[in-house]
Amino acid sequence: MLELKNISFGADSNGSYKEIIRDISLTIPDNRFVVITGPNGGGKSTLAKLIAGIEQPTGGHMLLDGEDITNKSITEKARLGIGFAFQQPVRFKGITVLDLLRIAAGKTISVSEACDYLSEVGLCAKDYINREVNASLSGGELKRIEIASVLARNVKLAVFDEPEAGIDLWSFKNLIRIFEKMRTGNIQRSVIVISHQERILSIADEIIVLADGKVSKYGTKDEILPEIIGSDHVKGVCPKVEEGGNCDV
Amino acid sequence: MSELSNVQLQLLKEVADLHEVPEGAYNLRSNGKSVSRNTTANINILTKTEGSGIDIHIKDGTVNESVHIPVVLSESGLQETVYNDFYIGDNCDVLIVAGCGIDNCGTQDSEHDGIHRFYIGKNSKIRYVEKHYGSGDGSGKRILNPVTEVYMSEGSTMEMEMVQIKGVDSTHRTTLAELKRNAKLIVRERLMTHGQQNAVSVYKVMLNEEGSSADVVSRSVARDDSYQKLDLCILGNADCSGHTECDSIIMDNGRILAVPSLEANSVDAQLVHEAAIGKIAGEQLIKLMTLGLTEQEAEEQIINGFLK
Ligand SMILES: Nc1ncnc2c1ncn2[C@@H]1O[C@H](COP(=O)(O)OP(=O)(O)OP(=O)(O)O)[C@@H](O)[C@H]1O
Ligand SMILES: [Mg+2]
Repeated sequence: MLELKNISFGADSNGSYKEIIRDISLTIPDNRFVVITGPNGGGKSTLAKLIAGIEQPTGGHMLLDGEDITNKSITEKARLGIGFAFQQPVRFKGITVLDLLRIAAGKTISVSEACDYLSEVGLCAKDYINREVNASLSGGELKRIEIASVLARNVKLAVFDEPEAGIDLWSFKNLIRIFEKMRTGNIQRSVIVISHQERILSIADEIIVLADGKVSKYGTKDEILPEIIGSDHVKGVCPKVEEGGNCDV
Repeated sequence: MSELSNVQLQLLKEVADLHEVPEGAYNLRSNGKSVSRNTTANINILTKTEGSGIDIHIKDGTVNESVHIPVVLSESGLQETVYNDFYIGDNCDVLIVAGCGIDNCGTQDSEHDGIHRFYIGKNSKIRYVEKHYGSGDGSGKRILNPVTEVYMSEGSTMEMEMVQIKGVDSTHRTTLAELKRNAKLIVRERLMTHGQQNAVSVYKVMLNEEGSSADVVSRSVARDDSYQKLDLCILGNADCSGHTECDSIIMDNGRILAVPSLEANSVDAQLVHEAAIGKIAGEQLIKLMTLGLTEQEAEEQIINGFLK
């Protein structure tokens, strides 16, 4: 269970102090699938970075299963079981996909285990396992490898920042399966997904709308989804798909 | 190799990946003397009659064979200059592994200056691996100043892998190459310096005839208070193509001077150079830390990958 108590974060921007996260309090129980949505610049990625320890809050407290993790480092939070898939994945010269998955697993997993994670994100494992995680990978490939790097870890809380961005529609179906599987696995685990996609919102247990650094709406999917469908920041599925067109979703 | 000490065996392992007597032709030089040698029907190794060193003769059409010529120095204060000349026939496909390991536990400087000259016959393919390694905690310096000269005939290919990752206090390496028609040179250099180490690496590649090409890529890491100068020059004297790249990570108080240069003496020469120096990207460290590594572990992974 993750608890945020009055979390705030501010940073200097063009010489003046800017409040980016304003006094957010939330509780995310185990086995919950929570989707955070909201307009661009609303503070979603910043909140995710605070949870992962990449930014340190300027105020408030954060607890994981009752333990105060407010000021823990990125490494400590990772070791406590927090996983984070970046909105913009990082590239490395010389580090292969297999290396990255092994680092993520924290042990020398076999090639076939590593391949399983790649297959889950819809990549043909043998084509990718020895590729470098460098600029030669396309945006969508990189994004899927980023997701695989979180799947390879045994996390209690997984945070995915716009996992669907740059991913084609076939994989999109896969992606939803991945989240559902993570939630129904045998360990107590919560999944937080930051998304603008209606299809992802529609499988949420709870939806949080973040705007201007504050929680503007928070409730079950059934309460929130009807209120926000059609708003600027929620994207529907492409009409072609709805008509049973080419996209195999 | 039973007459070798443990230190010498360790050095051999580092520079030539050798755990036992290599297959094929070899010449092992230890503390200033040739101590064992093997030749094959196609590869002959002769001690030079004048000066120090060996001549390696590889017959026309020799394929799938290898030559190992490792050098180990484990006595403090030894200083030597050695000439190794390779005469490679036409249509060969051969792996050549050279390398020098110095262990200096004493107070006097140890120095090995290996001058390697390659005369490569027509359409031959050579893969050349050279590793340099230093160990020992004496105050005497470990110094390596290798010179590599490559003369490439028509249609020949040379792939060079030059690696110096650890323990060499001072190095000044010079690589010169001259390429004829359709000859192709590929260089992959990997360099890491620590402490007060100083490394200079100079390449001068002359693309003299039509269709010749070179791709010279140096990746380096300068840590602590070390200094590196990377001077990669390609001259295009014909209808040819050349690419040089220096890509460096700088850490601590390291210093790096990258001087890639191109000289085109023909309107048909196509030459490109790239150079980049920077510290490890913060977001790379952060990503690996979110996977549970400490900052130091993340740094090691990034550097190991970079220099792989
Ligand atoms: N370290 C920082 N310093 C200054 N401003 C920042 C910093 N980090 C984020 N911001 C600003 O805070 C706001 C929130 O950014 P954030 O990336 O969290 O938005 P987001 O909700 O994820 O948006 P998007 O939907 O576009 O991904 C933006 O205006 C951004 O420019
Ligand atoms: Mg964002």
